[in-house]
Amino acid sequence: MFPELGQIALILALLLAVLLSVVPLVGSVTGRDNLQAFARPLASGMFVFIAMAFGLLTHAFLTDDFSVAYVANNSNSMLPWFYKFSAVWGGHEGSLLLWILMLSGWTMAVAIFSRRLPTVMISQVLSVLGMVSVGFLLFIIITSNPFDRLLPNVPADGADLNPLLQDIGLIMHPPMLYMGYVGFSVAFAFAIAALINGRLDAAWARWSRPWTTVAWAFLSIGIALGSWWAYYELGWGGWWFWDPVENASLLPWLSGTALMHSLAVTEKRGVFKSWTVLLAIVTFALSLLGTFLVRSGVLTSVHAFASDPERGKFLLMLLAITVIASLTLYAFRAPVVHVRARYGSLSREIFLLLNNVLLVSATLLVAIGTLYPLVLDYLEMGKLSIGEPFFNLTFSPLAVAAGLLLGAGIFSRWKKTDGGWLGRKLLWPLAVSILASTAVVIGYGGFKPWAFAGVFAAMWVTVATLWDLWDKSSSRKGRLHGLKRQSRSYWGMILGHLGLAMVMAGATVVSNYGIERDVRMTPGDVATVGDYQFVFTDIGERRGQNFTAQYGGFDVMLDGEKVAELHPEKRQYSVGMSVMTEADIDAGLFRDIFVAIGERLTEDAWAIRLQYKPLVRWLWLGALVMAIGGFLAISDKRYRIRDRADERVPQSTRPAGGVKGEAEALS
Amino acid sequence: MKRFLLFLPLLVALVLGVVLFAGIGKDPTKLESALIGKPVPKFTLADLHNPSATLDRSLFRGEISLLNVWGTWCPSCRDEHDDLMWLANDKGINIIGLNYKDKREDALVWLERLGDPYQTTIYDPKGILGFDLGVYGAPETFVIDAEGVVRYRHVGVVNPKVWEETLLPVIEEARGNS
Amino acid sequence: MMRFVLAALFALTAGLAQAEVAAVYDFDTREQEVRYQNLIAELRCPKCQNQNIADSNAPISQDMRNEVYEMMQAGASNEEIVDALVARFGEFVRYKPELDSRTFLLWATPAIAVFGGLLVVAGVVIRARRVERQAAGLSAEERARAEQILKGQDNTSDS
Repeated sequence: MFPELGQIALILALLLAVLLSVVPLVGSVTGRDNLQAFARPLASGMFVFIAMAFGLLTHAFLTDDFSVAYVANNSNSMLPWFYKFSAVWGGHEGSLLLWILMLSGWTMAVAIFSRRLPTVMISQVLSVLGMVSVGFLLFIIITSNPFDRLLPNVPADGADLNPLLQDIGLIMHPPMLYMGYVGFSVAFAFAIAALINGRLDAAWARWSRPWTTVAWAFLSIGIALGSWWAYYELGWGGWWFWDPVENASLLPWLSGTALMHSLAVTEKRGVFKSWTVLLAIVTFALSLLGTFLVRSGVLTSVHAFASDPERGKFLLMLLAITVIASLTLYAFRAPVVHVRARYGSLSREIFLLLNNVLLVSATLLVAIGTLYPLVLDYLEMGKLSIGEPFFNLTFSPLAVAAGLLLGAGIFSRWKKTDGGWLGRKLLWPLAVSILASTAVVIGYGGFKPWAFAGVFAAMWVTVATLWDLWDKSSSRKGRLHGLKRQSRSYWGMILGHLGLAMVMAGATVVSNYGIERDVRMTPGDVATVGDYQFVFTDIGERRGQNFTAQYGGFDVMLDGEKVAELHPEKRQYSVGMSVMTEADIDAGLFRDIFVAIGERLTEDAWAIRLQYKPLVRWLWLGALVMAIGGFLAISDKRYRIRDRADERVPQSTRPAGGVKGEAEALS
Repeated sequence: MKRFLLFLPLLVALVLGVVLFAGIGKDPTKLESALIGKPVPKFTLADLHNPSATLDRSLFRGEISLLNVWGTWCPSCRDEHDDLMWLANDKGINIIGLNYKDKREDALVWLERLGDPYQTTIYDPKGILGFDLGVYGAPETFVIDAEGVVRYRHVGVVNPKVWEETLLPVIEEARGNS
Repeated sequence: MMRFVLAALFALTAGLAQAEVAAVYDFDTREQEVRYQNLIAELRCPKCQNQNIADSNAPISQDMRNEVYEMMQAGASNEEIVDALVARFGEFVRYKPELDSRTFLLWATPAIAVFGGLLVVAGVVIRARRVERQAAGLSAEERARAEQILKGQDNTSDS
């Protein structure tokens, strides 16, 4: 009975979503407040029903209701309860329910946190979000119903959750990722609303920014979690494969970063408006594209959900309608009038525009690399593979260039920056960066051009950021006061950029100076990896809740001293008979040591994979720092001011940023 | 002009949509063979039924044949076996078998039990010829013309539909040319 | 044979596959070892769901790794090794697409995008400079007119 209630809840949510799409929008266009007043209650109602459906599906999992097909396919009575919970989003149908739950959650959040927005704006934003919800609810109800039953042949037990998904990293990864994807729908909704009502100005940008930043922060965390999970779970010590599905998550991130920065310019100076709106549409379109690619079977990927052409077509229709409608609206309604704003060639506006050029080029690059095989196949020009070698060659220079631009851009000022002044400002950071990078690169094992470029870019960003902080925090009342005086927005920016530097440093060092060896070992053998010795101490067996495992013991020595004891395992799961390799990792802030057991080669010899991974944790810690920066930035008091004079009066396109002196919050 | 530029993203999206739509339902795991138009690679392997007899690529000269890669460990090979018998017996097609990464005894028992559609069967326990042919998973069936040149490679089971729509046209073309 | 069946079943049941070391190769020098690792990272398993032959344990993947090793030991260059595998399995197994008429657009895209973007930025900067000059120019012109009007008002007693 409960699953049927879940279905009913979804249908009711769909009805509310349809009303939400139409009623407030009509009200906003005809000026009828009573219709617009429906927006918030409809949004809340939609969320309540979807939450109900999600809760009922969760209940089915936790009570082992195998009459529900989705539960039978993804769960098992022997599964620990927390994995039963995460199994809710372990498959296609449930993950879509999670998607729509988040979408309705964000919709409700927008409804709640937008009291000071003009009614017309908020009605239209919520209506657009309602439209997106309608699309997804239709998709779920028609093609991907998680509540389908298996009656009358209820299986005695379920097929079990794929053991690879029975893991904390993978429990968190989809929710964080979806928070990001779905969050960009808000920026999208604001953009569409602005195109509809014509009010595209600095205030619009200010409203869009926090939503965009939060979505971006979550997406950063989601991507980092996926990378981290792949690293420790899949056994090869890799953290990014440029797999189509991975790229599908990177695309909205790159575009979203460009959007974040473009919004900053539009908010501060009222320029680049058409471009910002386009970015908002494109970023959400890329989120949808990612959702489509993973489920359609169009691209080969280890991550892909089971593909179904019917679902693929439906989803593509959904994507097509959304993208075509919004881009058509854009083409007709985006402003073409040039704002007569004045800015110099080294102004912050130009630096941020260059930032956008690099980020959008990177987005294009990843998109083309991912979709090119598809296009060639369509044109019957053969099957081609595009993988890591291609992306590393083409993406790295862009990343380094972005880093170099960042360092210089930190010091730039709105409207005009004096070239000579900027050059003099950058001299010390340049010198320090060169020296420090050389030291780092040689310390890790020798000069390599690309390693130096990456480390230098990271160092350059760090030094420049800290230099700027030092400059800005100088105060007659002392350094501490100067630091405290900086806005949260500024601190958010600092953390965001430092986080980026960490990611660049981690990626560069681990790629260039990491060591991997596959060796044949019997208990008692010693193998050398870099400066470390690995002693294979013993091999044995143990039982877990739903598996049996062979485990090995390894002592890791550095300069004669034991630094770690590692116990990698090979597990055989009782249901499904699959064998999983659980590597053991000695994690450190500055390096990871990694051991995995492979095949048994002879009676007592095993194939062992040993890895030394310097700075690998910085990849994910850096992403976390970036995300914290994002969250910090949106808690800035300018977003919490209740009433602002410029919001009550229709905004003209006057430049909003005046020169306020050295301590101006530039972000 | 500026307004025209604003229509560009829409255009790109439409083109992309067409390509993506066309991609749905296609099987991305079916690869074209790199050997099309090239002769069967050199090999020296034993006959499955006659361990002392050596076979080489002259086996393929003289008449058009199908080269079927199979193994007793492959469930799909079992599925297509009856259709291969039909092709060999009813249609009179010359099928040469390549017993790939298998054990001789198991293969012989299998053919004994299920019937032998093959003119000759090459015994390739280490998969050497398979590797040189670019075989990546059984069952696979090659169309080889009378000069011993590879004309086509089909990945997956052979059934009447595959025969009619895929293999037969290639064979007719090969016949037409020679 | 059971191992094949199990391996096949495993490959079917697990959408994601784990890397497991199946055979260990011995190298004379560390450089050789790294060269081997780089080679197998750049070659794609023809059977798997987008994995290189370093990470995949499909039988064909193992065979390919073996071939790479054997050819390395026989003194072949990287190009010869990759070409040998492409000759058997097709361009598909190359993760770094060759630059030819088909892939020109692919390789050219980053450069085109960046230079195109730089041109746009240059255009923006030039336009901004023009606005600046016009504004300065106008105000000079306006100033001159204002002075004229003022002069006129001094001389004549217009209303």
